[in-house]
Amino acid sequence: MYATTYHKASSLDDAVAKLGGAEDGKFLSGGQTLLATMKQRLAAPTDLVDLTKIPELKGITLDGDTVTVGAASTHYEVHSSDAVKSAIPALAALAGLIGDPAVRNMGTMGGSVANNDPAADYPAALVGLNATVHTNKRALSADDFFTGMFETALEEDEVIVKISFPAPEKAGYEKFRNPASRYAMCGVMAVKLKDGSVRVAVTGAGSDGVFRVPEMEQALAANWSPDAVASITVSPDDMIGDLHGSPEYRAHLVTVMAKRAVAAAG
Amino acid sequence: MTKVSMTVNGRAVSGDVEDRTLLVSFLRETLGLTGTHVGCDTTQCGACVVHMDGKPVKACTVLTGQAEGAEITTIEGLAKGDELHPMQAAFREHHGLQCGFCTPGMIMMGVDIVRRHGASLDEKTIRHELEGNICRCTGYHNIVKAIQAVAEGSEVAEAAE
Repeated sequence: MYATTYHKASSLDDAVAKLGGAEDGKFLSGGQTLLATMKQRLAAPTDLVDLTKIPELKGITLDGDTVTVGAASTHYEVHSSDAVKSAIPALAALAGLIGDPAVRNMGTMGGSVANNDPAADYPAALVGLNATVHTNKRALSADDFFTGMFETALEEDEVIVKISFPAPEKAGYEKFRNPASRYAMCGVMAVKLKDGSVRVAVTGAGSDGVFRVPEMEQALAANWSPDAVASITVSPDDMIGDLHGSPEYRAHLVTVMAKRAVAAAG
Repeated sequence: MTKVSMTVNGRAVSGDVEDRTLLVSFLRETLGLTGTHVGCDTTQCGACVVHMDGKPVKACTVLTGQAEGAEITTIEGLAKGDELHPMQAAFREHHGLQCGFCTPGMIMMGVDIVRRHGASLDEKTIRHELEGNICRCTGYHNIVKAIQAVAEGSEVAEAAE
């Protein structure tokens, strides 16, 4: 790792000020991606501004039909939260599939979402559940937040404060894990919201990051069953191809995981 | 250089380190606690697992500054004098190691697995929970047996209370 200067932010304003004073600074949350990237010298920020001690970024609450997760909540906190388990069990289960137990004690939802790794799990959860990302500047729908592989609508000095999820009528997440990295080769979140709308979000497979499958959403709105999506396929042209799997393989996985996600949602 | 302070194995410690210093380097090189190992250095193998405020973390992917003020427990902090921690004793009893390199991380993770699952722990769960700890010698069999034995022992202890 190249030399860097570590700062702890005490408030949102303090975080923005410290980043503004840095030559090439980065916000740091749990660090389970950023520190690993810095160790490989693939990133070399001059300054790191640790967000995890900012009070507004802490805590998970259930208010009526809305679950709100502070951005600095760890994957383990999301996985074990009574609020998440009761209102959105599929989200609690998803958080328990990220990395491994030790990684889940450090990595955070805000950090993962801001990084928008195309194989991360949370992007599918946010888009599938129609979550809202609240920053220190504005509120963004998940559809507007994720803009491409490792790209989001966040500005340089914009901090994710919390993420709110409407409790769905039913939701299921199924993931085909890369057995070495535990990242998703393909993960599908299938959701029926309480207003009756259906959303199907896919991570791990798309070459442009998380994406929705409108044909599956329409089919499930008419008939919520695994059979409804069994014959709907996505084009390999838009899929990732790498040493772990070809675009055709990933396109096939999307349909298989979608069927399983619908079945898991019940 | 920045001065950092934390509690390691019940003892208040501090040191002047570069900001890029990883917690595992601080433990091994500044404090001389070389029981915590560096295996892969890429957050995968788990040889560097320590407990930070009671939860296992991979010390090769935590900056020393992130651990400022925290309570850290390493493998050196488990035994009470000459008396091994039950997990250490179980690894010895069941021969849960061959070369021993992964053992500190396995034991720290094993302690946490039993704490979270208690007596309900079964073999499948143990194997799943060990997904972030890699052993290249044993095939995991005796490691799993050792952790299972401690979990079953906790059942006996609870029944006795």
